[in-house]
Amino acid sequence: MIWSKYSAPQTFYPLAGRLIPWFAAVAIILMVVGLYMGFFVAPTDFQQGESYRIIFVHVPAAWMSMFLYVVMAIWAGVGMGLNARLSFMMAQAIAPTGAMFTFLALLTGAMWGKPTWGAWWVWDARLTSELILLFQYAGVMLLRTSIDDLRRADRSSAVFALVGVVNVPIIYYSVQWWNTLHQGASVSMATGSKMAATMLMAMLIMTIAFWMYSIAVILARVRCVMIERESLPTWDDKPAVIHEAVEAR
Amino acid sequence: MQWGSASEFFAMGGYGLYVWTSFLATALCMVWEVLALWRRRAAARAEQRAALLGGTDETAA
Repeated sequence: MIWSKYSAPQTFYPLAGRLIPWFAAVAIILMVVGLYMGFFVAPTDFQQGESYRIIFVHVPAAWMSMFLYVVMAIWAGVGMGLNARLSFMMAQAIAPTGAMFTFLALLTGAMWGKPTWGAWWVWDARLTSELILLFQYAGVMLLRTSIDDLRRADRSSAVFALVGVVNVPIIYYSVQWWNTLHQGASVSMATGSKMAATMLMAMLIMTIAFWMYSIAVILARVRCVMIERESLPTWDDKPAVIHEAVEAR
Repeated sequence: MQWGSASEFFAMGGYGLYVWTSFLATALCMVWEVLALWRRRAAARAEQRAALLGGTDETAA
């Protein structure tokens, strides 16, 4: 099967290397388009004025923070189930980017909250559960670095990631389940969108841009992880290193 | 298009500080992440190379 072929690190490493520039290019193009639409096409919000434009980074960052956590947990679960090295390496590579987006969601949320609610931070269910997500990412990463044995580090952080996945639906539905200061969903799978079409379009383009960015940096990081963990030169896309070493012999 | 001038654009209807801090912070995080990965890759490959050449020394000795 194709999957088993590409799940071998020596095949995946050069494949990832070839894919990175494409994802990066699409991310950059979509970011330019998304920012143009967000700042020059989307109209001023009749309630929030211009401050609402923060959503063009806030919402994509918040969505990615949850999405990447789920993807990380899935890779962790696959790693546990199949005892696959590459799956654990993927989980390891996703965590820092997920943590970064969680941090950005909280920071840009504060930037939106101050002018809108008059407070940088409130302990409502949405904000608190998102803050917990940041601690979960930190936990996954710290657990890994605190355990020397690679197999144990993989498994421990995988279990931690899998248990924590329960927080993702809590974040998503928090605005429905509790009476939060954070506003309810403007874009819902059940009721569609309540936003102006150009606002929604800009937000969705930025989301896809962040997604493509995430794939590019995660692939780049998993390649670093592969070199660090496997310390095998045989599957490097640029064989200069190997040639040098062979000649030295 | 709702901006009469560049200064109006940067003012963001009085919300400039919040809007631009958000976008700048996001941009800085992404640029920092890419640069950090660049450095990490260089370090990993340098170590890989050193390990390879170190291996040659052992066989020579």
